Amino acid sequence: MSILVDRNTRVICQGITGNAGAFHTRGCRDYGTQMVGGVTPGKGGQAFDGLPVFDTVEEAVAQTGADATMIFVPAPFTADAILEAIDAGIRVICAITEGVPVIDMVRVYRAVKASGSVLIGPNCPGIITPGQCKIGIMPGYIHQPGKIAIMSRSGTLTYEAVWQTSNLGLGQSTCVGLGGDPIVGTSFIDLLARFQEDDQTEAILMIGEIGGSAEEEAAAFVKENVTKPVAAFIAGRTAPPGKRMGHAGAIISGGKGTATEKVAALEAAGITVAPTPAKMADAVVQAMQKKS
Amino acid sequence: MKIHEYQGKELFRAAGVPVLQGLVARTPSEAAEAFTKLGGSLAVIKAQIHAGGRGKGSVIGNPAQKGVVLVRSPEETSQAAEGLLGKKLVTIQTGPDGQTVNQVFIEQGCSIERELYLGIVLDRSAAMPVLMVSSEGGVEIEKVAEETPDLILKEHFDPAVGLESFQVRKLCKKLGIEGPAARAADRFMKSVCRFYVDYDCSLAEINPLVITTDGQMIALDAKITFDDNALYRHPAIKELRDLNEEDPNEVRAADAGLSYVQLEGNIGCLVNGAGLAMATMDIIKYHGGQPSNFLDVGGGANTAQVTEAFRILLADPNCKGVLVNIFGGIARCTTIATAIIEASKEVGFQVPLVVRLEGTEVEEGRKMLEESDVDIITAADLTEAAEKIVAAASGAA
Repeated sequence: MSILVDRNTRVICQGITGNAGAFHTRGCRDYGTQMVGGVTPGKGGQAFDGLPVFDTVEEAVAQTGADATMIFVPAPFTADAILEAIDAGIRVICAITEGVPVIDMVRVYRAVKASGSVLIGPNCPGIITPGQCKIGIMPGYIHQPGKIAIMSRSGTLTYEAVWQTSNLGLGQSTCVGLGGDPIVGTSFIDLLARFQEDDQTEAILMIGEIGGSAEEEAAAFVKENVTKPVAAFIAGRTAPPGKRMGHAGAIISGGKGTATEKVAALEAAGITVAPTPAKMADAVVQAMQKKS
Repeated sequence: MKIHEYQGKELFRAAGVPVLQGLVARTPSEAAEAFTKLGGSLAVIKAQIHAGGRGKGSVIGNPAQKGVVLVRSPEETSQAAEGLLGKKLVTIQTGPDGQTVNQVFIEQGCSIERELYLGIVLDRSAAMPVLMVSSEGGVEIEKVAEETPDLILKEHFDPAVGLESFQVRKLCKKLGIEGPAARAADRFMKSVCRFYVDYDCSLAEINPLVITTDGQMIALDAKITFDDNALYRHPAIKELRDLNEEDPNEVRAADAGLSYVQLEGNIGCLVNGAGLAMATMDIIKYHGGQPSNFLDVGGGANTAQVTEAFRILLADPNCKGVLVNIFGGIARCTTIATAIIEASKEVGFQVPLVVRLEGTEVEEGRKMLEESDVDIITAADLTEAAEKIVAAASGAA
């Protein structure tokens, strides 16, 4: 088992004829993902590396039976692309694009929550179930099928955690990049509920960062609802207040959203917090020992 | 992106949010002239910098000179302008070095009955904008939030619909606002909420928002921040950017497509990815060092960008060593290796350089560095990298 995506997931790429869309469509297919087509308005009827290109997501779904999409369209058109995917009944929508205006995401967020679709991102590396399905930009080879679920607001820091858990031979069940924006489609809590139910997942690693209160909310949820071992790391202990640290969502504003507050909330919920990014996998091992 | 108060007020006026008459001045004589033009017996002169707390802030070397001054004549106005223009103003938000005042805003006085606070931000948990109003106007809202959070009233609104009249009535009832002022509040609050959405703001703050003795509601301040991601659809707003208010290194980095934040330590960091960049700063601190910057070269960084990143890092006189931490995903280790070699030829490394490479094309990247004549301390993992750079930088200090 795994969550959200597996070897049966049929994936299209919105923006398949753009540079990034083309590059990563090939990357995902090479990994073994069932890429079944793509969408670029105005280019319907063409083919990309043998995959059919459609004008609309609706057509793509009807023709290919796609149930997941990977979105690479430019930021000004991303909200529209997500809404189109929701409308077409796509089950898992993965928006990789960075730079989507926040007001657009307010609209999209409400539409997603009112639908049966799951949105991952935007501004995220994507989702991967190692050995089965990769939807996104992460380097596939560092992953290994296994028992640790990883969810994170950061891209490369996730790779770091994946690498560490692979080196310890733990492997990963499913890894999800939530995205670095203030509003993202899927929260830590949404995933915690799924990982708790997933047979393959034996422990959960959560990688947060400064800004917002998603980690505090997740801590409260873990305390009430999660029996599996949970470890965490929070980036940005040394970040100054009021400065956006790369990600639009990584900002301490009005004294709120500091790493110190988040670490305290996580520890109070019994979560093992790694002291440095080099110790993320060690923290998972500790959390597993603590529970056994 | 931030703008000045006077710019915010011009936008407010155009959007139907009431503000007082005011004029901007860049010299003392312009300031005196502005007082005369406004035609009143009293005005307020306010330093224009991108930081709050100006009323309590004072000029470096002249603590009596505050950032906001009440003036009663052209002479007083000119004198106050003289004391502010070209000087560095220090407030709770500027840091100890202060910020240079390049312009002042001269505004009419008004007869104030009550001061309130109004702010609109994004409530991330609710994924909606939220209007916050408080009876505690004119003071630091962070303090109110900390000590008496109940005094901050909140109403969420849907950007597509805007604030509803019943929401304003609820707020007025709780704040004891009645009669003409309540009618003014309906127009005022709806207009500000509409403004926040129309201009893609990430913050719109009015502190104080005043009720005048004749029942008008007026924005006495305007602190506005725009969502950088949405600036592409507001070309006129983009024009309001004041580069004098920004850190020159941060501007230079942004022009090269890099994400950079200047810090006060002595170890430069060059990292791919925002989360890993923050985590790299953290691990330097954990091992006893102090990062001199945050720098994310991004996922698709090319050699030119990384070379520019090195130039920016090495231009900082406080930088006593550089840690390069790359986990190659989309960014290839070979790109970084090429850039290190290029940068070394072009700018030269006078300080120790610790490099930790992992991920895509790592073997080739490491080999390129080994075979080059660049003086590099390599590290196998993050902990080793942090320990080595902290030791090297303290040795070089």
